[in-house]
Amino acid sequence: MENIWKIIFGRLGWDSFPFYDPIILSTFIVVILGGVGVLAALTKFKLWGYLWREWFTSVDHKKIGIMYIVLATVMLLRGFADAIMMRLQQSVAFGANEGYLNAHHFDQVFTAHGTIMIFFVAIPLISGVINFVMPLQIGARDVAFPYLNNLSFWLTASGAALVMASLFVGEFSTGGWLNYVPVTNLENSPGVGPDYYLWALQIAGVGTTLSAINMVATVIKMRAPGMTMMKMPVFVWTAFCSQALAIAIFPVLTAAFAMLMLDRYLGFNFFTNDLGGNPMMYWNLVWIWGHPEVYVLILPVFGIYSEVTSTFTGKRLFGYSSMVYATVVITILSYLVWLHHFFTMGSGASVNSFFGIATMVISIPTGAKIFNWLFTMYRGDIRFELPMMWVVAFMLTFVVGGMTGVLLAVPPADFVLHNSLFLVAHFHNVIIGGVIFGLFAGIEYWFPKAFGFKLDKFWGKVHFWGWVIGYWVAWTPIYIVGLMGVTRRLRWIEDPSLQPYFIVAAIGAFIILIGITGFLIGLVVSIMKREQLRDHTGDPWGGRTLEWSTSSPPPAYNFAFTPRVHDLDAWYDMKSRGYERPLTGFKPIHMPKPTATGVYQAGFATVLGFAMVWYMWWLAALAFIGLLVVTIAHTFNYDRDYYIPAEEVERIEKARAEPSLEPRKGPNPDPEPTGPFAPAGA
Amino acid sequence: MATTYDQASQEAALSETFHLVEDEHGHGHGSPTLLGFWIYMMSDALIFAALFATYGVLSTSFAGGPVPQDVFDLRLVALNTAFLLVSSITYGFGMLAMERGQKGTVQLWLLVTALLGIAFVGVELYEFNHFAHEGAVPQRSGYWSGVWTLVGTHGLHVSVGILWIGIMMVQVAQRGLIEANKRRLMCLGMFWHLLDVVWIGVFTYVYLLGMIR
Repeated sequence: MENIWKIIFGRLGWDSFPFYDPIILSTFIVVILGGVGVLAALTKFKLWGYLWREWFTSVDHKKIGIMYIVLATVMLLRGFADAIMMRLQQSVAFGANEGYLNAHHFDQVFTAHGTIMIFFVAIPLISGVINFVMPLQIGARDVAFPYLNNLSFWLTASGAALVMASLFVGEFSTGGWLNYVPVTNLENSPGVGPDYYLWALQIAGVGTTLSAINMVATVIKMRAPGMTMMKMPVFVWTAFCSQALAIAIFPVLTAAFAMLMLDRYLGFNFFTNDLGGNPMMYWNLVWIWGHPEVYVLILPVFGIYSEVTSTFTGKRLFGYSSMVYATVVITILSYLVWLHHFFTMGSGASVNSFFGIATMVISIPTGAKIFNWLFTMYRGDIRFELPMMWVVAFMLTFVVGGMTGVLLAVPPADFVLHNSLFLVAHFHNVIIGGVIFGLFAGIEYWFPKAFGFKLDKFWGKVHFWGWVIGYWVAWTPIYIVGLMGVTRRLRWIEDPSLQPYFIVAAIGAFIILIGITGFLIGLVVSIMKREQLRDHTGDPWGGRTLEWSTSSPPPAYNFAFTPRVHDLDAWYDMKSRGYERPLTGFKPIHMPKPTATGVYQAGFATVLGFAMVWYMWWLAALAFIGLLVVTIAHTFNYDRDYYIPAEEVERIEKARAEPSLEPRKGPNPDPEPTGPFAPAGA
Repeated sequence: MATTYDQASQEAALSETFHLVEDEHGHGHGSPTLLGFWIYMMSDALIFAALFATYGVLSTSFAGGPVPQDVFDLRLVALNTAFLLVSSITYGFGMLAMERGQKGTVQLWLLVTALLGIAFVGVELYEFNHFAHEGAVPQRSGYWSGVWTLVGTHGLHVSVGILWIGIMMVQVAQRGLIEANKRRLMCLGMFWHLLDVVWIGVFTYVYLLGMIR
C-alpha cells in the first residue's frame, strides 16, 4: 500500500500540507476562499470566454504587456507580505524574545521575498512595459514573434504558480534568493524547497530568454521606415540593450540551475563539497547572471525616466547620443563585475582590484545619465505631474544608492561590509529607488495609453508619498545598523540596544504599505471615475514619441498606416509640422492570429515542474510527452495570420475621429484562436 | 484662408510624408525568423560556454577516480567526429537541392543526415556505456560530472536535431518546398551546423586535451 502511494504521489503526503503552522494555514484558507470567490465571480459574470479569447490566447503585444503587469502586481503583494513578516520579526526578536517565526520558516520567507521580488515582480514588470511600449514607439504592429511572446508570458506565469504552490504544498528553499550551495546541496536540504525554486525559475527563465530574443529581433527588424538606430526613442535603446544583455546572461543561469538539478536529482558532483565538486563555481555562474541582471532591470527604467523627463519638461532630451553611448557602455561593463559579490572568496588582490575598478567605472556613464536628465530639466517648462514626481524622487534616492555602491566596490571596505545589512540597504536603495520608482513612473505615464483614461491624481499622490517616505524611513536605519556591523538574514539579535532601529524600519515598511494600498485604491477609483479621466486625444501628456500618435487604447493593429519617421522625437515632429490623420485610403492590415498553444505548453510545463519536485515520475513523463506533442503539433499549423478588412479599419478610425462612436464597443475584429487545441467550433 | 490650410495639410497627410500609403512588408514573414533563430543559437552557445567553463574548472577534480587516459578511446571519437562532420556536408547538399527546388533530393539528403546523426548518438551511447563500465560515472567525481554533462548536452541537442529532421521530412512531404518550409530548413541547417562547431570544441577540449593532460 505504501509502495503504491509512493509510486503515485512520490514524496507528497498529508504532512506536506502546512496543518502544523497556523500562519501558513490561515493564509492558505484566505487564499483558497479568495480564489474561489474570484473564480465564482468570473463564472457568474460569464467572463471566462472573454478572458480566454481576448486575453489568455491573445498574441497582441499590448495585452500581453498588461497581463505581465497584472501578474507582477499580484506577486508584489505576496513579496511584500514576506517583507512585512521579516520587518515584524526583526523588530521584536531581541534578547529573550524569539519572535513569532521559527528559523526554518524565516529562512523560507527571506528566500521567497528575494526570489519573488526579482523574478516575478521586477522582471515581469520590465517585460510588461517593454512589451506594451516598445512596439508602439517603433511604429510596429506587433513584435517579431507574436506567438512566442504569448508563450513567454505563460512560462513566467507558470514559474510564479510553482512558487505560490510551494507556500501551501511543501516548503520553499531556504538558500537565499540565489539558492546558494552548499545550503541547497541535497545532503543539506533534502526537502522539496530548492527543487521548487529550481523548477520555477528554470521554467520562468526560458520564458524570459525567449521574450528577450523576441524583443531584440523586434527592435532590429520591425522599426518604422526612417527610424535609424540613432533616431530610436531612448526607451527603445535601453530596452534593446537590456534585452540583449538578458540573452547574454539567462543561458548561464539556466546552465547553473541545470547543473544543480543534476547534483540534486542524479547525484552529480558539480557543486558538492566532496568528490571534486566546487561550490564557488555555482556562485560565479549565478553572479555572472546576477550582476548584469540588475542592469537588465535598471536600463529600461533609465529609458522611462528619459521619456518622462523629456515629455514633462517640454524639451528634447539633453545629450541623446551620450545617453545612448552610456547605455551601451553600461551594458558591456555590467558583464565584467560579477566577482564583486564575493570579494571575500579569496581570488587575490589583483583579481579583486580588477573587479573593484570595473565596478566603480560603471558609475561614470550612470552619472552622465543623471546629469543629462538634470540638464534636460534645466530651463525646461517642468510640469510636476505624477510621472515627473517619480523622476525627481528617483534622482534624489538613487544617487545615494549609487554612492553606497561605489563604497562597496572598494575591496577592503567590502571585506568589512560583505553580507552586512549595509549591503542589503544598498541594493534595496537602487532597486526600490531606481527600478520600482521608474516602473511606477512608467505605469502612471503609459496607463492612459493602455486604457484611455488617466489614473486618479489624489491616490496617485498617496501611492507616491507612501513609497518615497516609506522607503527612507525603512532603509535609513538599516544602513546605519549595517555600518555598525549587523549581518543580513538574522532571525534574532542578541543586543537589545539595536531594537529601536528595527522598529523604525518596520514603521517604514508600513508606510510603504500605505503607498501600495494607495495604488490599488487608485486603480479602483480611476476605473470608477473613468469618464471624468477619459482622454480622447490619444496624447494626454503632450508626448513626443510615436505611441502618442495613435488612439488610446490603440487599436489591435496599432497604426492604420505604418508611420514614416524623420526625426528623433517623431510625434513631436509630426505635430509641429501640422500632421493630420488620414481618414481615407485604408488598406487591409495583416495581423497574427491568436493561439492557445502557449497556454497549453505552459500548463504542461507547470505540471512537469510540480511532478519533478515531488518525484511523481509517471506524471512528469506524461507532462513532458504532452509538452512535446503540443509543441510539435503547433509546427503543423501553417495558418497563423489573417487580414483585418479595410472597411473594419475605416470603421475603427472613423469612430476615433468622432469620440461619440465608441470604437471599443464594436464587434471583436480578432478571429477565434486556432491551433491543434482550439476550442471546438473555432 | 482656413480652407486652404486644411486642404494643404490634408494633402500633406496623404503625401506619404509621415506614413506609408501601401502596407510595406508582410509582418512576421521571413526576415525576423532567421535573425531571431541566430540570436537563439547564440544563447544556446552560452549554455555550452557555461558548461565548458565548469568543465574547465573541474578538469582535474578526479577525486581519486578514473582519469581520462584510462577511459577515452580516441579512435571511437574520431569515427564519431567523422559521422557528425559528414552529416553537415550532407545537410548542405540538401540545402543546395532545396535551392534548385528538388523536393525528392532534399528528402533523400535529410534522411542521410538523420541516419548519420543517429549513428553519432548511437556511438555516443555506446561510449557512455563504456565509461560506466570503467567506473567513470558522473557520481564518481566532479570531472566525470563535467564530461557527462557537456558531452550529454551536445548529444541531447543532436537528438533534438534528428527529431526536427523527421518532422521536416513529414512537412516537406505534406506541403512541399513552400516558403515557410524553406525558412524552417534554413533554421534547422543553422542549428545542425552549430552542433558541429560545438563538437569541435568538445572534441578538442575534452578528448584531445584530456588525453595529453
